[in-house]
Amino acid sequence: MSVGISRRDVLRTLAVSAAGGAVLQVIPAQAAEYTHQAVQKAKAAAPSGRYTPKYFTPHQYETLSSLCDSIIPKDEKSAGAIEAGAPEFIDLLTSENEQYQLKLGGGLYWLDGFCTDRYTGPYLSCAPDERKSVLDLIAFRKNAKADPALSQGVVFFAFVRSLTCDAFYTSKIGIADLQYIGNTGLPEFPGCPPLPES
Amino acid sequence: MALRFASSWCWRGRSRPNGAWIIDGEPYTSAPGANFQWFRSRIVGGRTNHWGRIALRFAPIDFTSGTRDGLGDDWPITYQDIAPYYDKVESYIGVFGTKENISSAPDGVFLPPPKPRCTELLVKKACDKLNIICIPARLAVLTRSINGRAPCHYCGQCGRGCITGSNFSSSQVLLPPAMKTGRLTLITGAMARSVVVGKDGKTEGVSYVDKATRTEKRVNARAVVLAASACESARLLLNSRSAVFPDGLANSSGTVGKYLTDSVGSDGWGYVPALEKMPPHNHDGVGGMHMYVPWWKFDRKNDFPRGYHIEIGGGREMPGVGMFDELCHDEEGYGLRLKARARQTYGTTVGFSGRGEMIPNPHTYCEIDPDVVDQWGIPVLRFHFRWSEYELRQAQDMQETFRSIIEAMGGVYQTKTAIDGQYPFGILEGGKIIHEVGTARMGADPKTSVVNGYCQAHDVKNLFVTDGGPLVTNPDKNPTLTIMALSWRASEYLLDEAKKGNI
Repeated sequence: MSVGISRRDVLRTLAVSAAGGAVLQVIPAQAAEYTHQAVQKAKAAAPSGRYTPKYFTPHQYETLSSLCDSIIPKDEKSAGAIEAGAPEFIDLLTSENEQYQLKLGGGLYWLDGFCTDRYTGPYLSCAPDERKSVLDLIAFRKNAKADPALSQGVVFFAFVRSLTCDAFYTSKIGIADLQYIGNTGLPEFPGCPPLPES
Repeated sequence: MALRFASSWCWRGRSRPNGAWIIDGEPYTSAPGANFQWFRSRIVGGRTNHWGRIALRFAPIDFTSGTRDGLGDDWPITYQDIAPYYDKVESYIGVFGTKENISSAPDGVFLPPPKPRCTELLVKKACDKLNIICIPARLAVLTRSINGRAPCHYCGQCGRGCITGSNFSSSQVLLPPAMKTGRLTLITGAMARSVVVGKDGKTEGVSYVDKATRTEKRVNARAVVLAASACESARLLLNSRSAVFPDGLANSSGTVGKYLTDSVGSDGWGYVPALEKMPPHNHDGVGGMHMYVPWWKFDRKNDFPRGYHIEIGGGREMPGVGMFDELCHDEEGYGLRLKARARQTYGTTVGFSGRGEMIPNPHTYCEIDPDVVDQWGIPVLRFHFRWSEYELRQAQDMQETFRSIIEAMGGVYQTKTAIDGQYPFGILEGGKIIHEVGTARMGADPKTSVVNGYCQAHDVKNLFVTDGGPLVTNPDKNPTLTIMALSWRASEYLLDEAKKGNI
């Protein structure tokens, strides 16, 4: 990053752009990269080598991590959102953005409230099959149509899903998963390889 | 409606602090219903730092379009007047392209173009089927070394600023040689307040606020050339009121701020399954399209005036934030299936941006807001903006064309637009394309224009405007190349007149 751009500027740009959605507000790739780097720096500076959440409480952070893991799990081809640093990425962005704090912080309370009403306690205390049935409810808009009491949960989950994808697919693991090749110097652009026979 | 794949041309205007839609302490206002968006680049080199490098000449017919279809006015100059300056600019900054002999898109002095990307080859094939012209793009990015600048290294990261200066910006290409002469003093962090005018009605300099010290300063000059961007220059002129010029400087015609236009913009995209078969490969190229569709329906009657071009994006671009928003929205769910779908659809999107000509209308202009000043005490602009039926029909035609190309590629068009609402046919807000021009238009008649064919103010001989302000029309060719050609011509004229003692 050039001199004169503060960490806060970059993180706010990323958050503002993500929320905007108009064509010219597509996120600067460098800001995503910067966020990943900032997470690495924070980890390196900690004696434990672990990331300490800057915004979320330990309980909220654990819940968020669990959601990230469910959204993009490890599979036979690549590691998942946890290994890619999605919870750290989301926490760092949220620490600089009041809108995110409200949407994510409030959303996590909503989730725990919902689980407590439906089962016996917060999301993390639920059994795996109970968690799955909660996610199966809030991961689809049609469920909110059938039961309006779910709608805030559906909106919250969609936001976490997008942020998890953003974090994962801008990480080294996610970029390798997609087999993106580039961002490197070449003497000539090679053009399109032969199209496979259809 | 939002275009969600990480499109390489989208870095225009998206980065801070090179420029921004909103600047703390420097507001602008919109009249009810206008919702104009104004991008400001508070950086040395201005918008040339973040423009899309699309360098298209206006066509001969663009200078006489008023006569041709009865809408708006002709220019006081012709293509022949400006053509030598297009040659000079292209030779100096470096533009790639190919000679095509298309009347709507004149050829220039070109470097060889980069090879097409897979997405672009497929678009070209589809366009051939549909009788749509698709040719190598024309971008100010070096594919060969010229004037001591290294050629592009195809990293696709133009949005970060080019370390080798291989794409054109004033800050990297024009200013260094000017600095080397030792005769250029660059004053940065200066917020111009007004143009100072003497009793004789000639400009004497510019008064400005030094932002760092928050003090009033002034620079004296024999001639003043405004190039602050069309609306910012109009603001300066309108704020330069004096006893001699009570309505603002160079505004005896009352046309400063009037005739404002932006490009018509509508975008769309689709999935193209044929791209799923492509093996992973480097798709980056230059920081912009390698192929494009120039206006191709110039030989027939259309239900809207003038025309548009189509920019092409998509494919295996560098993954970025937002790239999978549409997928998440469409697929929903979570887990292994979502991950597998992201893998499957990555690189299979093709996107289009239509960029067309808006006709000036009396409801679209900027003026000084009587109630609001910025943090420097300078009265701000208030925008009025309205698209007419002409532009809406053009946006509709864009959407239909995008769909037809995607379908001819065997793809599924994804963009949904409504015929009404805030974005009919996906038309973007005025200002969003960052092609505002016309606010100090040129003309032969001082009663209806601000400057003459040399960008010299009719009312003030030693005052020039050399940004988008003087453009009489805003054809479907991005204005930067024409702004530079007009500036070069104006500079020669200014020098010549100064030597003759006329300024």
